[in-house]
Amino acid sequence: MLYLHNIGTYFLMIVEMFRKPTKWGVMKQLILKDIDDLIIGSLGIVAFISFFVGGVVAIQTALNISNPLIPKNLVGFATRQSIVLEFGPTFISIIMAGKVGSFITSSIGTMRVTEQIDALEVMGINSLNYLVFPKFISLLLYPFVISIAMFLGIVGGMIASVYGGFSTAEDYIAGIQLDFKPFHVAYAFIKTSVFAFILATIPSFHGFYMKGGALEVGKASTTSFVWTSVVIILLNYLLTQMLLS
Amino acid sequence: MIEVKDLHKSFGGIEVLKGISTTFEKGMTNLIIGQSGSGKTVFIKCLLGLFPYENGCISYDGKIFSELTEDQKRDLRGDIGMVFQGSALFDSLTIAQNVMFPLKMFTKQSKSEMEDRVDFVLKRVNLIDAHNKMPSEASGGMQKRVAIARAIVNNPKYLFCDEPNSGLDPKTAIIIDNLIKEITDEYDITTVINSHDMNSVMEIGEKIVFLKDGLKAWEGSKDTIFKTDNEVVTDFVYSSELMKKVRQMYIEEKQ
Repeated sequence: MLYLHNIGTYFLMIVEMFRKPTKWGVMKQLILKDIDDLIIGSLGIVAFISFFVGGVVAIQTALNISNPLIPKNLVGFATRQSIVLEFGPTFISIIMAGKVGSFITSSIGTMRVTEQIDALEVMGINSLNYLVFPKFISLLLYPFVISIAMFLGIVGGMIASVYGGFSTAEDYIAGIQLDFKPFHVAYAFIKTSVFAFILATIPSFHGFYMKGGALEVGKASTTSFVWTSVVIILLNYLLTQMLLS
Repeated sequence: MIEVKDLHKSFGGIEVLKGISTTFEKGMTNLIIGQSGSGKTVFIKCLLGLFPYENGCISYDGKIFSELTEDQKRDLRGDIGMVFQGSALFDSLTIAQNVMFPLKMFTKQSKSEMEDRVDFVLKRVNLIDAHNKMPSEASGGMQKRVAIARAIVNNPKYLFCDEPNSGLDPKTAIIIDNLIKEITDEYDITTVINSHDMNSVMEIGEKIVFLKDGLKAWEGSKDTIFKTDNEVVTDFVYSSELMKKVRQMYIEEKQ
């Protein structure tokens, strides 16, 4: 029953988020601040993880090719497919659920605990629009983060396979061009956009509706990470079933 | 003037406010006092519309709050200033930006006009050279003064303060009390203060509403609170030795 209540509250929150908009002059600054916090602030960790995981994917693919009949360009092909289809959109989104999601939950949750949200409401401000809408807008740039992750993952794979002696640069480049289907990129960005919405709203929900003190802010951050990850994994399955099968 | 009639509020089947009726007069510092758990904060949050209530009526200068449209409620809230117990300053904004916030949200003033107004109210609460400090860099007393400055920057008609001097030393608490009183007189606004500090009651309690277990147990002023024989009030007010001596002196002086 509580789950149903929470799901209902979540959807009502989304509706409320678009009502009674905050003055554009103020909203513009909030959006820019959130772009800095959520997008620019995540680029470093995303780049680092993508580069090295791309390298690991390439090495593991190369090490598992023992049959001499399998062409060496398969390393590039497999790395590209893994990174574009799954690693970029899904794996990075789970990492972002930890980084960005817990930041959103704890910052909004702290505002709830310290009555800052009450202060907004007493002033007649739609606190959901003021707090959540800029996060939703700034995460529209999330596909940009994922494109960087995809690029660096593929580059990392190439460097690891060439310098590790698993493949030549020519083979790897031929592999990443092999049987390229543009729809796979479209599929990846559709997933990314859905995950961006989830990353903005579920952590905000857990922060906004939390009750209690500092300890509960910590608990809400953990719960928010778990639920954001669960929803991302479930939607990943559903979208893959709908778009690729 | 704010009128409250037969206000009821429950949480999970437990009735916290059991039918409170009172009036908060314009140009006066109205105090709501009572023990912890008596329903003071719930009462003030119902007045502000932060908690919905089950029964009763709240009217602001004749406008019944529950009958207002969303837009009318938003307009009314523009006339309300609130000082929260923990100040509720926005962490990410400087002191000047916190004070400027209501102006940015609700007025079409130019930047220089807003800056002038912020300078004026910060001077009014005796905060000079604190503009660029973050709330975390300010002391508790400074934070309260910033909260008062933010509450009055838009010239409100109604000022609400939830425990404005909790956590402050006695001297700073008196400064904050006097500041609220001065602002009430200066702007002729309706001020409602939620407190359990007896010093505040004696200093600025022009009208006092005493709550006990969700009911209004007594109503009067700082002068009549000394004379009352209401056991519930005397038990609360004269719980300390100091207050007992104050009452004794008062009675002797009157005789």
